[in-house]
Amino acid sequence: MSRIEKRFERIRAEKRKALVAFISAGDPDLESTRRHFEVIENNGADIIELGVPFSDPLADGPVIQAASQRALKGGTTLRKIVGLVAEIRKTSELPIVLMSSFNPVFVYGLQEFVDDAVAAGVDGVILPDLPPEEAEEFRALADAKGLDMIFLLAPTSTPERVAMVAERSRGFIYYVSLTGTTGVKSQLSEALAGKVAAIRQVAQQPVLVGFGISGPEQAREAAAVSDGVIIGSAIVRIIEQNPDAGEREEKVGGFIADVKKALDGAG
Amino acid sequence: MNKTTLPDERGHFGVFGGKYVIETLMPALTELEAVYDEARNDPAFHEELRYYLKHYVGRATPLYYARNLTERLGGARIYLKREDLNHTGAHKINNTIGSALLTRRMGKKRVIAETGAGQHGVATATAAALFGLKCDVFMGEEDMRRQALNVFRMRLLGANVIPVTCGSRTLKDATSEAIRHWITTVETTHYIIGSVVGPHPYPMLVRDFQRVIGVEAREQILAAEGRLPDACVACVGGGSNSIGLFHPFIDDPSVRLIGVEAAGLGIETGKHGASIGEGRRGVLHGMMSYLLYDEDGQIKEAHSVSAGLDYPGVGCEHSHLHDTGRATYESVTDAEALEGFKLLSEVEGIIPALESAHAIYQAARMAPKMKKDEIILVCLSGRGDKDVVQVAELMGEKL
Repeated sequence: MSRIEKRFERIRAEKRKALVAFISAGDPDLESTRRHFEVIENNGADIIELGVPFSDPLADGPVIQAASQRALKGGTTLRKIVGLVAEIRKTSELPIVLMSSFNPVFVYGLQEFVDDAVAAGVDGVILPDLPPEEAEEFRALADAKGLDMIFLLAPTSTPERVAMVAERSRGFIYYVSLTGTTGVKSQLSEALAGKVAAIRQVAQQPVLVGFGISGPEQAREAAAVSDGVIIGSAIVRIIEQNPDAGEREEKVGGFIADVKKALDGAG
Repeated sequence: MNKTTLPDERGHFGVFGGKYVIETLMPALTELEAVYDEARNDPAFHEELRYYLKHYVGRATPLYYARNLTERLGGARIYLKREDLNHTGAHKINNTIGSALLTRRMGKKRVIAETGAGQHGVATATAAALFGLKCDVFMGEEDMRRQALNVFRMRLLGANVIPVTCGSRTLKDATSEAIRHWITTVETTHYIIGSVVGPHPYPMLVRDFQRVIGVEAREQILAAEGRLPDACVACVGGGSNSIGLFHPFIDDPSVRLIGVEAAGLGIETGKHGASIGEGRRGVLHGMMSYLLYDEDGQIKEAHSVSAGLDYPGVGCEHSHLHDTGRATYESVTDAEALEGFKLLSEVEGIIPALESAHAIYQAARMAPKMKKDEIILVCLSGRGDKDVVQVAELMGEKL
């Protein structure tokens, strides 16, 4: 059983909702990312997603695009991020998922990336621009090494695509809560509950809701109809707005704790 | 498999092409495939498209024997396929008229487009005005500066031009931003891509709308010379005019197909747009193709004097034609393109677009080494009016 599956087993046993936190790796530098990871873990996140910066991220809104740019300016590369995961693994057993545009992974070399990622202690990958149709080769390599390949579903997904992703996604299913790019939105879609319910009817995996979750209140709402939430841009914005490392870590930790509290009350 | 039957049903040209997009867009691509498939088998669609291409765009465009240029160069006979004479001044409108008709079939009321030189933006704005569609065009800030005239033309046509301020502020970034916007509005909006790039079915669909260039040219050269040309030459940014010209000749092995990429300031400077010549396989804007990127897979900024060739990728079918050896790809620098620009203006009285001037220069390079009874067919993809201010600047002239 993978670290991610084990974590969900525990979440189910504790009858609560999952909290996945996303940060852009290398924003503003990798040492900060290591410290943010620690603070987020200590405040109760279940899984941490590390975003791999890309020059042309098509699925990201302005907040994460800017974070990618900062990370790239600081010299962050996929190889260094894999190295950071290996560092973190010395002291943490928290599940780690890398989220990347496909090109950096493709250029790294699919087999080499899977080998290195697994050796470093990466548990799952999300490649938003590698839909199931194009993912066969990568999925076979990941499956062979026990690396969870997590696929996305969206409000526009047809029942056929829901069935395909339900069959192929490992670890969990990432439900994109809105027709749009990543970023904080003021309101969740009214159709969310129905869409997630339809997915849960055919999927065995947990269904997590991401894209556009702004804070504790929305996290609670989204979690009420799903198995948990993924929260990203809201954290990245705190990181962006707080240049002082000490204050930044305190605020990130406080935010995670608030979301966690809201989720634990979601039932 | 017959080369002209590509892509396969999943949108692949050999290892290239495909649909590398976020899940949100996948259903829209499937819908577009279905709508296009239906349209392409509907004689009424073709009839309507032909009607607008003839009476509105002004097709067929002439195939002009460039006698003066031929004599000046003293070698092969050079023919120019005059896409510059299309309404709006470039080949781009062949695609936008077809795509606007598809938009109407899908019942969508709004289109978006990206543009580099502004030609595709103008062509989209034009088709949108003609068919009563709302139109927003994404354009890099740097390109808006270089192509202020086209920005104004789009606004006159009722389109909204949205400045793109990320990255190099050129075509690559305008394309990224248009795709991001499309993710947000996909249920009501059709994205009209300006070249044979992007996720399937775009590279196929845009190619099919641009094939009219080669289909006409093939008939015209047979009528004029009684035989096929020895070489077809066209510039390649994304590669839509070139694929349009090449495609009907793919199964004619005697016809050399030569694409011309932007060598910018010189290949050795790293500031160029030669994605096939210098690039490696990768994924950008929804397709697998040759791209310019660094050792970590980060996309590099391209450079070309012509905004339309300033793109760090290339249409996936070109990558396939390169790998199979069916087409070859050369490159021409900014300075050489400028020479081509001046040469055609002076000897033929035709001011070419800077993009097309790359193809002119390549033909001028080849012709003297060829026999006098050999034929080069060049796609003159657009007219140069849009470029005169920039060229004056480059020549140090104050207007």
